[in-house]
Amino acid sequence: MLLVLLVVTALTIVRVRSILAVVMLGGIYSFLMASVFLVLDAVDVAFTEAAVGAGITTVLGLVALSLTVDREKIPSHNALLPLAVVVVTGAVLLFATQDMPNLGDPNAAPHQHVAPRYIEETPRAIGIPNIVTAVLADYRSFDTLGEVAVIFTAGIGVMLLLGRRRKRKPEDSE
Amino acid sequence: MREHLILRLVSKFLIPFIILFGLYVQFHGDFGPGGGFQAGVIIAAGCILYGLVYGLEALRQAIPQSIVITLVALGLTIYAGTGFVTMMLGGKYLDYQWLAHDPAHGHHYGILIVELGVGITVAATMLAIYYGFAGRGEPTDS
Repeated sequence: MLLVLLVVTALTIVRVRSILAVVMLGGIYSFLMASVFLVLDAVDVAFTEAAVGAGITTVLGLVALSLTVDREKIPSHNALLPLAVVVVTGAVLLFATQDMPNLGDPNAAPHQHVAPRYIEETPRAIGIPNIVTAVLADYRSFDTLGEVAVIFTAGIGVMLLLGRRRKRKPEDSE
Repeated sequence: MREHLILRLVSKFLIPFIILFGLYVQFHGDFGPGGGFQAGVIIAAGCILYGLVYGLEALRQAIPQSIVITLVALGLTIYAGTGFVTMMLGGKYLDYQWLAHDPAHGHHYGILIVELGVGITVAATMLAIYYGFAGRGEPTDS
């Protein structure tokens, strides 16, 4: 049911020409995706999807929209080539899912590698109930440090690209 | 949006709760779902809501742009600095067990401090992006 709604939303996003509606539908899509993650018991991922995908992305989309026009241009090029690329990519992805282990299979490779150690050790060595947080901020803290550095770089980049103009404005008027 | 009375009142009522929920997610991330990333985004969304309803200038007065720029760097410094502190205390980089006498407590403190750094950088970056986009439209309006 959720997946049907996802497909319907995605098709509507493709069809609709009003960008405001596309931004809103994007938010709806993210919330549906968060519900899918919730059904799969991935609470932290669902939370991130709802906060980042539906929350801040929609708001930033609206802010960006206030700087431009609301109507999407009718594309002049042929849609056949993009359609072919999408169909081929989708087929390859579907083919790849054949090799994935079944959902919740305890013998699957990801559940046999380091996951049992994390689950056994976390309550004793770290003493916090949320193993996701323990993995993110402790076992994999180098990765998270890298992620924060990426966000930092993104912020600095946006400030350098967009923030400069404001400071130059008074000098230009002089 | 200054003329919409209902929007202004409702958002004025909601924003403290949004920020409070962000802080809850931030400091409760070790017990429930959530953590620095989500908390930073929620707090930034609350601030941006204020900016959308009350105008960019009101938000600039509440949170000056220079402070936002400092916070973007501060969060990463807290995270990376925690690693150097643990090195100075005798461990490896980001080896939290040296932060307290009990290794488990050390890990707990380390996670809290590091998540705080994540939250600060994420919230400040989102605000910086908002300032960057929203400030761009402004000079042409006035």
